[in-house]
Amino acid sequence: MTSASPVFCAHCGLPVPAGLVVDGDDLQFCCQGCRAVYEAIHGAGLAGFYQLREDDDFDAESARTTGRGFEELDDPEFLESQTRARGALREMDFYLEGVHCAACVWLVEKLPTVLSGVVESRLDMGRSVVRVTWQPEQVACSVIAKMLDRLGYPPHPYRGGEETERRKAEDRRLLIRIAAAGALAGNVMAIAFALYGESGGLRIEEGYRQMFRWASLMLAVLAVLWPGATFFRGAISAIRTRTPHMDLPIALGLTAGLTGGAFNTLTESGHVYFESVTALVFFLLIGRFLQQRQQRAAWDALALLYSITPGAARLLEGDKVREVPLSTLQPGMHLEIRAGDSIPADGVLVEGQSDFDLSLLTGESRPVARKSGDTLHAGTVNLRARVVLQVETTGEETRVGRLMKLVEQYARRPAPVVQMADRLAGWFTLIVVSLAAVAWLYWNAHQPEQALGNAVALLIVACPCALGLATPLALVASIGRAARSGILVKGGDVLERLSKPGTLLLDKTGTLTQGVVSLIQWSPGETTVEPQLKADILALESHSSHLYARAFRRAWQDECDAFPTARAVKESMGRGLEGRVENRAYQIGAPEYLRQKGATFSAEMEQALSQCLQRALTPIAIVQKKQVVAIAGLGDPLKADAKQAVLRLQQMGWHLRILSGDHPQIAKAIGAELSLPEQDCLGRMTPEDKLLVVEQTPGPTVMVGDGVNDAAALAAAGVGIAVHGGAEASLAAADIFLNRPGLQRIADLAEGAQRVMNVIRRNLAVSLLYNIIGVTLALMGVLTPVWAAVLMPVSSLTVVSLSWRARTFDSIK
Amino acid sequence: MDVLYIIFPMALVLAGIALAGFSWAAKRGQFDDLETPARRMLHDDFESKEQQADSTPPKNL
Repeated sequence: MTSASPVFCAHCGLPVPAGLVVDGDDLQFCCQGCRAVYEAIHGAGLAGFYQLREDDDFDAESARTTGRGFEELDDPEFLESQTRARGALREMDFYLEGVHCAACVWLVEKLPTVLSGVVESRLDMGRSVVRVTWQPEQVACSVIAKMLDRLGYPPHPYRGGEETERRKAEDRRLLIRIAAAGALAGNVMAIAFALYGESGGLRIEEGYRQMFRWASLMLAVLAVLWPGATFFRGAISAIRTRTPHMDLPIALGLTAGLTGGAFNTLTESGHVYFESVTALVFFLLIGRFLQQRQQRAAWDALALLYSITPGAARLLEGDKVREVPLSTLQPGMHLEIRAGDSIPADGVLVEGQSDFDLSLLTGESRPVARKSGDTLHAGTVNLRARVVLQVETTGEETRVGRLMKLVEQYARRPAPVVQMADRLAGWFTLIVVSLAAVAWLYWNAHQPEQALGNAVALLIVACPCALGLATPLALVASIGRAARSGILVKGGDVLERLSKPGTLLLDKTGTLTQGVVSLIQWSPGETTVEPQLKADILALESHSSHLYARAFRRAWQDECDAFPTARAVKESMGRGLEGRVENRAYQIGAPEYLRQKGATFSAEMEQALSQCLQRALTPIAIVQKKQVVAIAGLGDPLKADAKQAVLRLQQMGWHLRILSGDHPQIAKAIGAELSLPEQDCLGRMTPEDKLLVVEQTPGPTVMVGDGVNDAAALAAAGVGIAVHGGAEASLAAADIFLNRPGLQRIADLAEGAQRVMNVIRRNLAVSLLYNIIGVTLALMGVLTPVWAAVLMPVSSLTVVSLSWRARTFDSIK
Repeated sequence: MDVLYIIFPMALVLAGIALAGFSWAAKRGQFDDLETPARRMLHDDFESKEQQADSTPPKNL
């Protein structure tokens, strides 16, 4: 085999390892998963998927398909409790893994053309949840699940359906209230403009005047009683529980404005304050809505975690296997776990041995071997062979169950967000209304003919629109800008918290390092003929798809574009491989293992080996004729920009710490490369340890991570930042998601957040200054209502343009 | 100016109709997912192109 031009997978587009390339085949695949999915998609006549994907940016991602039977979905009890009836049809939500681009929406929604009996399939891409409706007599639920699985989207019955529906209903109600408040405020404002004219000297017939005043009174009463009722409920509970709450000043302001206006309408005197009252309700509700969305994101994170845990287990009763729902599991029961299954409960392995993917708990994606007597945790995945598990704890008592509870606990924590602007606006209204009353009383005593005009001018000029808009607008504008450069921010308060430097906790893998095993150290012996050795190693390693083999290929494929054919290659799990190239026999593997087999190390090689270990690299020895001819050190190298970014963050005042799940030695080695003090580089951190560190760190904390093992810490930290390539649950638990890797972007983000806070402060200052000057002029009797009405939108426009033009996230490319 | 007595209530009625329309849409979940529909419409475009190029209907399994 001499071909070295890269071959790409027909399904996912990632390069195919040379050893897996099938000569003469048009279609090449990087793994069995991709092949199966490719065949399923073509078999179903949905090849348009690939064409559609070309038009769209998509992230290359190997397909995963479990090949499960999903029989538990056909259990009558399950169908009754988990699916809903729609006439003669059934309906159910699945959470899908692997949804990543617009073409996925097309593919998933093509389900009805592939399976007769499926009536509709609608995918919510943001949450990766598909709602499927089907005819139960034509197609079984398990068949639908199997089809989704074959297309590369392993489905999980979506849990927390009820809670999601409840939250959706809440969102919809709030939206309607906002619309009502907006419609009412718009009309009241239009009427108010007509009435401003009067104070400016225009004459309005008494009939119209009264009609306008009464109409705006009724609209304002409606606005306060219907959409505004939320604030009164909040205020009442604040009084009852004797805890100060932002709703209290708002409710006071609204009441003062409304009763004052109503009194003046009834007595046909003075001014009505309804435009301020209705506008306030409208803008405050918008703020509420933004806040609520954020809390919903946290809830989605949780529902997702729940959905991923399996819903059924295979119970062993003597020789018989029976599928039972998880809720019936009891300590002491024996469960059969097949390859590909995720473990349903915490327990002890009592029969068989296999490799497990523990990434849910450790973030480490390399398989780990477990044998009889070892402990297994729920949520980890059995990769290789059938084993039997004896249950110890189930459900919420398992390790992952406890972690989920923590995530939930932290997600409920109220965000102190828009609250400041809210509180300010509430007091502000109260102050303005009382000032207007003072102005009216004062001028009424001195120059009665000017009293009304001055009070009205004050109210108009102090309309809280600019103040109410200042914070949300700046946030929305900058969040939009950030999204365009690949930073998804879930809420405005996140930026506020990120703007003050504190402690930045880094999960080592994925954030600082490239996350790919690479060749870092290469120490050939003095007598070694290097080009030939490299070519020979490549020839041998091309027979393996092991991580280490890939590292050699990546390092040398440019240097050696042709290599000879290796023969008699034998690979043994976890030890290495051996084989022949022409007449040269090689052994490549772990140094200690090869030493036991009789390989001798020269002093030079011993030194290279200890150097490897010191740098916390995985050493590989290359042995020829019982002599070690070279030592290779493999590891996960730092990202190119990591060092510079660390310096930048430190200059901004951040205290950096590393919380790694890896061996402490590795964490320290990485820390040393970045010149971080040793006590700030912690290794072998469990999810619980990470959470503890986050909780015990004083001051603002920012956690950066990418695994499910980081989810609780991400949720607990002041700001959780998930980085690209991470597990989906951690993405959902975090406040910010970076879709391109690199620590440099976190530094950009922190700088951008500081700029956003500056814009907000500027906005608040501008609108307050404007109002103070306007109110002072009105109190002095200098400002006429007409001029006030002209000036009012000017302050809002100033704030809008200041927010829009602010270059908060432009430096990020 | 008597026209105001008709125009003004009419404005309120129109606002009421708009509000009713909005709440009808909101209650039916039209605003639940603001991301997917924006992409879904691109697929209609793609499918009509695909059908012009290849008029055989998708296979039913």
